[in-house]
Amino acid sequence: MTTVSLTVNGQSVTADVDPRTLLVQFLRENLRLTGTHVGCDTSQCGACVVHLNGQAVKSCTTLAVQANASVVTTIEGISQGGDLHPMQAAFREHHGLQCGYCTPGMIMSAIDIVNRKGNAVDEQTIRAELEGNLCRCTGYHNIVKAVAAGAQAMAQAPLQQAAE
Amino acid sequence: MTATGIGAPVRRKEDQRFVTGQGRYVDDFNRPGQAHAYFLRSPHAHAAIRSIDTGPATIMPGVIAIFTGDDLATDKIGGLICGWMIHSKDGSPMKAGPHPALAQGKVRYVGDHVAVVIAETLAQAKDAAEAIVVDYDVLPAVVDTAQATKASVQVHDVSPDNTVFNWHLGNKDETEAAFARAKHVTKIDLVNNRLVPNPIEPRAAVGEYDFGTDNYTLYTTSQNPHVARLVLSAFIGVAPEHKLRVIAPDVGGGFGSKIFIYAEETVCVWAAKKVKRPVKWTSDRSEAFLSDAHGRDHVTHAEMATDENGKIIALRVHTTANLGAYLSTFSSSVPTYLYAPLLSGQYDIPAIYCEVDGVYTNTAPVDAYRGAGRPEATFVVERLVEKTARELGQNPAEFRRKNYITQFPHVTPVIMTYDTGDYAASLDKALEIADYKNFEQRKQESVRRGKLRGIGFSSYIEACGIAPSQAVGSLGAGVGLWESAEVRVNPTGSVEVLTGSHSHGQGHETTFAQLVSDRLGISIDQVSIVHGDTDKVQFGMGTYGSRSGAVGMSAIAKAIDKVIAKGKKVAAHVLEASEGDIEFKDGRFGVAGTDRSMAFGEIALQAYIAHKFSGQDLEPGLKEGAFYDPTNFTFPAGVHICEVEIDPDTGVTKIERWTAVDDFGVIINPMIVEGQVHGGIAQGVGQALLEGAFYDESGQLITASFNDYCMPRAIDLPSFQVGMTVTPCPSNPLGIKGCGEAGAIAAPPAVINAITDALGHEDIAMPATPQAVWRAAQKSRMPMAAE
Ligand code: FES
Ligand code: FES
Repeated sequence: MTTVSLTVNGQSVTADVDPRTLLVQFLRENLRLTGTHVGCDTSQCGACVVHLNGQAVKSCTTLAVQANASVVTTIEGISQGGDLHPMQAAFREHHGLQCGYCTPGMIMSAIDIVNRKGNAVDEQTIRAELEGNLCRCTGYHNIVKAVAAGAQAMAQAPLQQAAE
Repeated sequence: MTATGIGAPVRRKEDQRFVTGQGRYVDDFNRPGQAHAYFLRSPHAHAAIRSIDTGPATIMPGVIAIFTGDDLATDKIGGLICGWMIHSKDGSPMKAGPHPALAQGKVRYVGDHVAVVIAETLAQAKDAAEAIVVDYDVLPAVVDTAQATKASVQVHDVSPDNTVFNWHLGNKDETEAAFARAKHVTKIDLVNNRLVPNPIEPRAAVGEYDFGTDNYTLYTTSQNPHVARLVLSAFIGVAPEHKLRVIAPDVGGGFGSKIFIYAEETVCVWAAKKVKRPVKWTSDRSEAFLSDAHGRDHVTHAEMATDENGKIIALRVHTTANLGAYLSTFSSSVPTYLYAPLLSGQYDIPAIYCEVDGVYTNTAPVDAYRGAGRPEATFVVERLVEKTARELGQNPAEFRRKNYITQFPHVTPVIMTYDTGDYAASLDKALEIADYKNFEQRKQESVRRGKLRGIGFSSYIEACGIAPSQAVGSLGAGVGLWESAEVRVNPTGSVEVLTGSHSHGQGHETTFAQLVSDRLGISIDQVSIVHGDTDKVQFGMGTYGSRSGAVGMSAIAKAIDKVIAKGKKVAAHVLEASEGDIEFKDGRFGVAGTDRSMAFGEIALQAYIAHKFSGQDLEPGLKEGAFYDPTNFTFPAGVHICEVEIDPDTGVTKIERWTAVDDFGVIINPMIVEGQVHGGIAQGVGQALLEGAFYDESGQLITASFNDYCMPRAIDLPSFQVGMTVTPCPSNPLGIKGCGEAGAIAAPPAVINAITDALGHEDIAMPATPQAVWRAAQKSRMPMAAE
């Protein structure tokens, strides 16, 4: 067993874990943050994307111990006081989800894309940047629209962005 | 149309939980004291099991129990079943081999279930599984669909030549006669590639047993929890039906693969009682590739006969359908009654004859995958129509138009009665949206850049709204395919709808609430949709085959009509009028010709307090149920046009434009319907360009992860242009035809027709990968190939 201490969605957590514990297992099983999903075992689908120190990572390919002394944000941690994050709101408004299983990872990747590529990110860039996220339901059409709209909306909500 | 009624693009009610990570999928459930199951799977495609030694594994850390097929047999747990009986041409029943949940004596595909380890943690269960010693006598395997009946290998004793059935449909003599007098015959050989459904949520199950009450609970990733309960109780015998509660909570996509009743959930329920602990199993993706039922896998030769006027006069088709190593739950119906009846497409074809040989191989079971039989039929028809038009030198759009069915109802030679449609209207709209008239110009522009451009059509039809119970019963179905609904009005006027449909991405919590809102004049916020729990919903047949709108919502509409009828009786007492004078309009019960009226919610309260009528005259309460059995299939149809540009140097096919014009009848929520179309197209494009499940000669699945099996990603797809035409369906009260599978059905031939148009010859198989397209481009006589 190894001790890990990290901040998850603004809360400090410390736990003893088997060293082989993946970050996604730690989030889902130890912390019961089940919004982060597992869709594959080859780091291909992106259902597990969270932010580690502000950057998107696949939590299925990250050990919990690698997140020691880090700040992790999951899908449960991005809305503020009952208001959806602009990217969450954009996915809802533009029907960027159907079964919802890929959605947390998509939204966490999308926020990261905006952080890296800016609020005016265009459709082709969004499609290329979503290379690490699979969705089997939507055909991506509405996800792309949602990410573009969410990117614009994030420019209008700087406070929320900063809070992350 | 009200803001939340029928036809409004209402934002989805379910999304609040999904975008915030609050969805509850099966793997999110953790039961007190739960143990973890891991299945030891066969590494061989075909082997006799000489012995299984679990001894060393049993004493490993954390191991609670290890079970094999012998343990299931001892407890008299039955095998998995196939619920649709197909009879061969000679009248003999299909040859169904045994399908034990854990292997008994033999394994028949890589991934077949050999033993289950139940341990305190998943890691411990996996470690112990590695310590189980299985002595296999490895046998040669049969893998290839077309060669299955000629192989010396025998998958099941009941079928010496691996044939499950030799089935046929249509009129052979008339078809032969039409071919004899044909002016032109077009022939084609096609492979409909094997696919892995791959919903992003893998399958999962948690079984639980309560010793105090003798009740079992199964949480499972199911599209049809009541059917799962029925099969698990009546056929497999793990628990009596009234003692088994099956819960299918949020389910992360299904596409058919979560219809079936698999070994894993069977074992989890059974083992929970054996080990006196809840037992949880969650598939990883590698297991999903090996053991989820696959889709498609047809090898087909087809011929189309035309007369001197370019009219199609006959079609004959021979298909070999690979059903895998075992008959999965609905597998036998897919290449038969869900396939051949669609071979008339949108065309007036007087004579059709189709033969299908279902075969066993040492591969994963094959069953329904989005479209189920209809994409395979559409691929045959639309590839043949396109090729015929080209051979006759006719414009492919106009050749289709000339052969469209225009009079309804239309009875096809393959047992379908098309109720309504306007195929030319969809074609016209699609041609306009696709800017077809300027295609030549775009093509020349591509040529100037050294690229090849092609356009491909697909005039698809599908049979949805599955299905009239009597009709499917006469065709071999083991169940009726009606749907049920219960509408419970609360004293405060809010409404719960209990439905036998199941939503795993379709948005029923929104669309079903829209129907209630529309009919009862209440806000959708006043409506809750309850589904996916056999303890709450009395019975239901579930969601597949685009049936939840046409069949599931029709049941709700019927129950709402009964609620309104009962409400009128209550209103008559409260408003002191005769029942015949009560009208229900805009959410109010009123007395005709007066201004006396009461809101729906007020009457609901009166129904429950029951002060204004005597219990002898009228029962208190406001709750009604209905079963709706459809009178016909529904026939969504449309035209998809795909325009591609191919780089002959790299073989990369880029979809430049996608136009979809569909007639789904009446639409409840256009936003959701368009989303269904997008998703279907993506899966169809995946089949055409990227996806293929391939086994090597020894039966190893060589495309067994997302690294090797190419799923469509955002960059592989364009934005889609979606248009609609509407001919309301006459056979159900809402006029709905269904939309869930259209894209997956329409897309593959549209893509391949576009590629073959660009390349100038017909020889390309799915998936048309860059390598395959590059090879074809080199072979073709296009000027580019000379380089
Ligand atoms: S679970 Fe698929 S990439 Fe992490
Ligand atoms: S919404 Fe179902 S996988 Fe993306």
